[in-house]
Amino acid sequence: MTEQGNRAAGPDADLTRWSAAELGRAIGAGEVSAEEVTRAHLDRIAAVEARVHASLHVDGEGALAAARSVDSRRAAGQAVGPLGGVPVAVKDVLVTRGIPTTCGSRILENWLPPYDATVVERLRDAGLVMLGKTNMDEFAMGSSTEYSAFGPSYNPWDLSRIPGGSGGGSAAAVAGCEAPLAIGTDTGGSIRQPGAVTGTVGAKPTYGGTSRYGLIAFSSSLDTPGPVARTVEDAALLHAVIGGPDPRDSTSIPAPVPDVVAAARQGASGDLTGVRLGLVKEFAGEGAEPGVSAAVRDAIEALTKLGAEVVEVSCPHFRYALPAYYLIAPSECSSNLARFDGVRYGLRVGDDGTRSLEEVMSLTRDRGFGPEVKRRIMLGTYALSAGYYDAYYGQAQKVRTLISRDFAAAFAAADVLVAPTTPFVAFPFGARTSDPYQMYLADLYTIPSNLYGGPAISVPCGLSEGLPVGLQVMAPTMADDRMYRVAAALESTVGLFTPPEL
Amino acid sequence: MSASTAAAARYEPVIGLEVHVELGTRTKMFCGCPTVFGAEPNTQVCPVCLGLPGSLPVANKAAIEATIRIGLALNCQIASWCRFARKNYFYPDMPKNFQISQYDEPLCTDGWLDIDVDGEVVRVGIERVHLEEDTGKTLHVGGATGRIHGATESLVDYNRAGIPLVEIVTKPVPGTGALAPVVARAYVAQLRELVRSLGVSDVRMEQGSMRCDVNTSLHRPDEPWGTRTETKNVNSLRSVERAVRAEMARQARVLAAGGTVTQETRHFHEDTGDTTSGRSKETATDYRYFPEPDLVPLAPDPQWVQTLRAGLPEPPRTRHRQLQVHWGLSDLDMQAIVNAGAVELIEATVAAGATPDAARKWWLQELSRQANEAGVELTALEVSPVSVAELQRLVDDGKLTDKLARTVLAGVVAGEGTPVEVMAARGLEVVSDEAALGAAVDAAIAANPEVAQRIRDGKVAAAGVLVGAVLRSTGGQADAKAVRELVLARLC
Ligand SMILES: [Zn+2]
Repeated sequence: MTEQGNRAAGPDADLTRWSAAELGRAIGAGEVSAEEVTRAHLDRIAAVEARVHASLHVDGEGALAAARSVDSRRAAGQAVGPLGGVPVAVKDVLVTRGIPTTCGSRILENWLPPYDATVVERLRDAGLVMLGKTNMDEFAMGSSTEYSAFGPSYNPWDLSRIPGGSGGGSAAAVAGCEAPLAIGTDTGGSIRQPGAVTGTVGAKPTYGGTSRYGLIAFSSSLDTPGPVARTVEDAALLHAVIGGPDPRDSTSIPAPVPDVVAAARQGASGDLTGVRLGLVKEFAGEGAEPGVSAAVRDAIEALTKLGAEVVEVSCPHFRYALPAYYLIAPSECSSNLARFDGVRYGLRVGDDGTRSLEEVMSLTRDRGFGPEVKRRIMLGTYALSAGYYDAYYGQAQKVRTLISRDFAAAFAAADVLVAPTTPFVAFPFGARTSDPYQMYLADLYTIPSNLYGGPAISVPCGLSEGLPVGLQVMAPTMADDRMYRVAAALESTVGLFTPPEL
Repeated sequence: MSASTAAAARYEPVIGLEVHVELGTRTKMFCGCPTVFGAEPNTQVCPVCLGLPGSLPVANKAAIEATIRIGLALNCQIASWCRFARKNYFYPDMPKNFQISQYDEPLCTDGWLDIDVDGEVVRVGIERVHLEEDTGKTLHVGGATGRIHGATESLVDYNRAGIPLVEIVTKPVPGTGALAPVVARAYVAQLRELVRSLGVSDVRMEQGSMRCDVNTSLHRPDEPWGTRTETKNVNSLRSVERAVRAEMARQARVLAAGGTVTQETRHFHEDTGDTTSGRSKETATDYRYFPEPDLVPLAPDPQWVQTLRAGLPEPPRTRHRQLQVHWGLSDLDMQAIVNAGAVELIEATVAAGATPDAARKWWLQELSRQANEAGVELTALEVSPVSVAELQRLVDDGKLTDKLARTVLAGVVAGEGTPVEVMAARGLEVVSDEAALGAAVDAAIAANPEVAQRIRDGKVAAAGVLVGAVLRSTGGQADAKAVRELVLARLC
């Protein structure tokens, strides 16, 4: 059922099986045109999208035009860069000029943004070819894409199961070979958890290491755009393209991204001599399925065979991460989503001349937002209310500080921390929608990094019940290179994980 | 005794002022849009100030600098670290449905401004000076009142959205008694001079670049302070004074009748001079303030603050004192000029050739009276300092009497032209033609033989009767002094 091998490394008749690095090299060398590569992916989308539903919008015309432009620049002798002409799918949370951007919500149906997100601009500047916009849980709130207003995406490993969320569309597109690369955003695990359950690589950069300008905010202090790919090197190449300071985002870090590509290549050599892996004591045995724990244990053992040493670290406040997250993220979201009121853009309901402004606003928000978004807006509105602020939002901010201290202490003893990405493999549709808390548990291991702001990556490490399991590697802020090195080393020893033919 | 003076005889007023100043920065607070006043609606906008999904604010350093300079000029402490906060409420003129403002960490705190009122110096404490973004402007169409109620359509202009706004909040000012309305006005007038001297805003109340909310409460002496009201829509110096008067009188009536004052927002009406109840604070929105996560904290470098402090211009009070000496005016005259907001007008009038005293008289007496009658600010009158100087020159040259000059000035204000043009068009020039005036004097002597005889007999005082007759016969266009000389020359 799986072929653990070097699909990505070698030329294959099917261009959609190639890695981004290989495609970029071949396009640069003139062995294949960007247009051919784009057509191959558009054909693949046409063939499988009805079953996977990874996308909310496919921009075939725009993609082909962009591809031809890369080809003509190359023909004119201009350099097109390592990912020039390589297709990429973009999560629908990032605004794209003139291309529908819904954020998975009815409230933005038919909205055409007048500007590009910084990340999108950088993709275009680097010659990447944007295929379209990928599906997601509404406003990035969810772990399964079941909260997308436009229907879920399906996991290419098993179409009866979720592809993770909120960035399930990006992960499914990459796992299903509809795109070699995709952009996701990670607020509590929305890049990493879909990566884990689809057998793809998903990296959350250091907060502020990638620009949020043009990212429709869910939780401003947590949202982080990042790469989704099938190989660690591809993820690093994409990370290098989109990362770096942005004057339009005040919270972006005014320093270049560490050399993640070099780190990934160094890791691929398979030598981790002297690297200290920190195992978080408090994560042991907490909530993970036995098959997930076993795959992660095996992966760590494989890493020690490459020269890494294991140290146990204690992060006593991680147990408060989930509750703190579910105060901070909804609080910020309740404010961020206030602008969707039907006055200036997007959906407007009930404006028939008989209703007051307030009635039109509330009807619009009632019809426009789905249940999970409403739940979080209400949670956040409550948490920020006078008289409750200190007990909820204020307290959660203190927890955040304590969690950062836990990380700082842990990184004094270890170079990176390793843990499962998510406690369970891809679950069947409907299994966790009736109890929000069961859904929230999907982010149990990913949320601490978001609260701290440090980078973390999910890399496929094995299978459980025939479904992929991800190992999460967490690093200190602005040490994104470290996680790429460890992830690439693991990949070099366990190989890639390919879903069955669709 | 006015109603507010009567109120102050029984109750002690406590006032407080919140002044908003739109900064004159080239670009908006959080984006690069221009800030020119009066542009076509919705032409000075971008994704950021329209609050489009995905957009992010970036703080304008020039606005932060201007705020710190205002804080320093008001003797405030400058925070070494502070944050912006979101103030959450739904209103269509606010693109994000939250305003980026400052809450419990203002940039400047705890200062004061000394103001001159009635020959006394009153120290007004400054609670805080903070920076925020302005909202758009809503225009309600189809309703009778121009308010949202009853309107069929509401149009929003977002050109103003995101313009940097500094809020200057005083500490409560007790102990001013019946002078409270005048103190309120003097504070705003002198604050305006201060801000203008810093060159950070054009502080034009009529254009809304300086706006004012007035807090007022009354209490009996020896009792705790009363419940305060916040009066909004106070858009001129004159209105500041009137609004405090109106609230003092109203609250005194409520208290005298055994009632209690409700804590609420009230609206001031320029036309009637009354305040009416706005929304009650009890039902007011919970703004759910929290630190703005899209912006990094402000941490002004102490070295930079020191540089800004060293670069402050001399305070307006110092400059006013120099002008006062230069102009040879009394303390009270100078204060009246400052509190009328007329310093620049008088400077310009003097520069155009008038004497300081003449300039002061025209602006603070005749023109202030006309402005009051029209219900507008002095600066809003359609008369320039150059015209006032020209008018005074006509008086000095004997071409106009004081009385005629006032008539000419009314014509200038009414837009009929320059003083010379109005004088010519209305035929108001003093009759200085010796022959014509002599004939009028002869006629008056002939018509009043017994008066003429008394003057010949040495009763010179009786000449006034003949002068009056000549003035009547020339329609007031003769100079009384010249006429008197002619009369005496003929009879003595
Ligand atoms: Zn703008």
